[in-house]
Amino acid sequence: MQLQAEAKHVDHSEFVSFTVAGQAFCLKITQIREIRRWQPVTVLPHAPADVLGVMNLRGAVIPIYDLSARFGLEQTDASERNVVIVVSVHDKPVGLLAESVSEIISIDPDDIQETPQVDSRNTMDFIQGIISQNDEMVRIINLDAVISSPEQVAQ
Amino acid sequence: MTGSIMDTFFEECEELLEAMDAGLAAIEEGDQDAETVNAVFRAVHSIKGGAGAFGLDELVAFAHNFETVFDDVRSNKLELDEKLIQLLFRASDHLSDLVTCARDGGQVDSAHHDVLIKALAEYIDEDEEELVFEPMGVGAAFEPAALPLLDAVEEEVTYDIRFHPLKEMYATGNEPYFLFQALSDLGELSVSLDENELPGFDAMEDGENYLSWELSLTTTKPRSSIEAVFEFVEGLCELSITTDGDAEAEVDALAALNAAFGVGSAEEENVVDVPLEQPAPEPVEAPALAEVETVEVPEVKSDPASENTPVAKKDAAKAKSAGPKPTLRVELDRVDKLINAVGELIINHSMLAQQIANLDASDTRDVETELEGFKTLARDIQEGVMAIRAQPVKPLFQRMARIVREASAATGKSAKLVTVGEATEVDKTVIERLADPLTHILRNAVDHGIETPEDRAATGKEKAGEIRLTAAHRSGSVCIEVKDDGAGLNRKKIRQIAIDKGLIPENAELNDNEIDNLLFLPGFSTASEISNLSGRGVGMDVVKNAVTKLGGRVNIASTPGRGSTFSIILPLTLAVMDGMVVSVAGHTMVVPITAIVETMRGNDDMINNLGADGTLLSIRGSFVPICDVASSLGLRRDTTNEPAGVYLLVETENGDRCALAVDDIHDQRQVVIKSLDGVCGNVPGVSAATILGDGKIAMILDPESIVTASSSAAVFDTDRRMSNAIAS
Repeated sequence: MQLQAEAKHVDHSEFVSFTVAGQAFCLKITQIREIRRWQPVTVLPHAPADVLGVMNLRGAVIPIYDLSARFGLEQTDASERNVVIVVSVHDKPVGLLAESVSEIISIDPDDIQETPQVDSRNTMDFIQGIISQNDEMVRIINLDAVISSPEQVAQ
Repeated sequence: MTGSIMDTFFEECEELLEAMDAGLAAIEEGDQDAETVNAVFRAVHSIKGGAGAFGLDELVAFAHNFETVFDDVRSNKLELDEKLIQLLFRASDHLSDLVTCARDGGQVDSAHHDVLIKALAEYIDEDEEELVFEPMGVGAAFEPAALPLLDAVEEEVTYDIRFHPLKEMYATGNEPYFLFQALSDLGELSVSLDENELPGFDAMEDGENYLSWELSLTTTKPRSSIEAVFEFVEGLCELSITTDGDAEAEVDALAALNAAFGVGSAEEENVVDVPLEQPAPEPVEAPALAEVETVEVPEVKSDPASENTPVAKKDAAKAKSAGPKPTLRVELDRVDKLINAVGELIINHSMLAQQIANLDASDTRDVETELEGFKTLARDIQEGVMAIRAQPVKPLFQRMARIVREASAATGKSAKLVTVGEATEVDKTVIERLADPLTHILRNAVDHGIETPEDRAATGKEKAGEIRLTAAHRSGSVCIEVKDDGAGLNRKKIRQIAIDKGLIPENAELNDNEIDNLLFLPGFSTASEISNLSGRGVGMDVVKNAVTKLGGRVNIASTPGRGSTFSIILPLTLAVMDGMVVSVAGHTMVVPITAIVETMRGNDDMINNLGADGTLLSIRGSFVPICDVASSLGLRRDTTNEPAGVYLLVETENGDRCALAVDDIHDQRQVVIKSLDGVCGNVPGVSAATILGDGKIAMILDPESIVTASSSAAVFDTDRRMSNAIAS
């Protein structure tokens, strides 16, 4: 019940769906600043596996995360075909590496289902809910959980 | 609307509080002359005036009491003894608290408030007039409200006016007599004729005026009303208006008059210094009159000190040595935007340079010359913009005086703060962010450093401890030092605490320097019982973090029984630095030039193995440990003895030398510092990032932390010390 109430908070119904390690994920369109083609980034020394490095976004230095590694899936072997989704977390731009962007989908908030209980704690935290789109499951990412604070990156 | 006027008021308050603190400090030093006392009085009075306009009753009431006491001091009814000075200090601290509360909301400690009011009241005569200060309504009709701040001062001031009409003035039908008459309406006027310039009869020219007047006007009217009298003859006469305080600055006026250009005092930068050819005649009691090119700045600081500011006239502006220069108040945002733009300009330059280098043209020499000019210009602009942000550390230091006062009061110790190098200019952000770490260090110095008066007496020291706060520029960086003459660090105790807290193993062998640096470990606090002063559960690691965030570092030096010195070394600017572009394991990185002593290409002969995996580089007979940057940053897994090729000899803050091994050196250039703060937290070995000409990001290395990391991890401690001994 409580989760349903939470789902109501998702008031905008436009989502951008994309694939990460073969799975379909989506983010609210208002969370996304821009989508860029992957370019080699500058590696940060001593950074964990899910932090790819930093990128120059029109004069600003922004960190790039590998979403796949962050979700505990295999590391993405980044190439030209991949995309970086630039989102805004805590008012700071952050880049997320995804395999490819699929489409923009329109969702009625009532169609969002709560995440079924699974064993993986991480997954539960990172996924806000799921929706069914063309008989495929699309996971809604809880951005604040994925990138809780910019400080955590190098720790 | 009201909001912005209030903002102006609070901005002014800050300046006034600074002026007040400066004045009080001068008084404490023994400078009790009338002008100093007046300056403090004016500051308090202006705060009261402004506060009254905004209906800040509590502030007004307190300022009034404060001011009344000061008025008595001014009129010599009260003598400034040690006790009163201390009270005035506390009152000034409280006044500044009240201002802060009025601005940010919040409540002052009312008990403290009452105690101070009472203490001040003891000095005030019974028959003192009651406080009548009508708060004015603050509303839409209140736009010109900034005016009371300007005119709030109603005390009597004596102006010395020197007036020399040009012949054009007579030609336009003006008559000095009427001007003097108008002046005498303002207050008490005395007029004397100065005929010193009168030439011999045969040298006189028809129609020329050789006469000048010296007038002395005592009035309560502001300077502007005197200027108003001369409004119609502006440009037709040479005029100087000075107050009593200026008298000390008087230089030989006639000589100045005779010279084609005025000769001001050396401190006035915009004065052209022209040597005097004629021998100076008898000194005349008149203020300096110099023709100075002064730009009228529309938004001149409107503090009461502007009464003393030379009034800029088209033809004759007055030079005065001690007066503040005209300033322009600009929002910080605008400056920061400019700084960002300049940063982009510099990046843009290097992009252009790179493009041209890649160009397939046969002759790019002309373009390169122009590009070099572009670079110089960009650098000039950048330096100019940086200078705007640079501010003297004086206000910060003044605030620290208060910290020491409060800390000594709370601990029952006696300590006095001596500040040196207050005029040192540092980036505004640095100053702001230094306040917390400095506060912490100073509190520590009083709490842990300075001994109790009894202990001090027992060791033959003066009862009052001295804390010396110094700021100085040192080769591209700013050095701020806090030096106390207390007991020095108790190394045995520090070591024991570190062991107790599990910060170091029990059998750790540490040298003195390393023990001192234990203080900076997180979770270290020497106060056995938490005093409410410095031991708040946060230790010196907070200081270190704050300073590291600013791109600087902290050092401790201590001599038992003689005291400790904390030095904070900071970069001059936060935005741009000179760096050496190097490549490390295929990555392009930047090393700050300031850290590099020497660069050299190495060959196998120069490398000596020491122990299992220690290597030393021999440089002209001395041996320096080698630190491989790539492996230190975790970029190269195998540390096999592939000689890296190029060595950068760096020197750390505590004098250790180390050779950083990199693959190659490419270039030396100015880079724009992009903070990684908020991007990815603290990365060991890296201080910031920058954007290179190709648009890629490069890490700016922090040699200090690379050296520290590698020496603590790899090489035996003894080896290092030995090699240090050899190197130095």
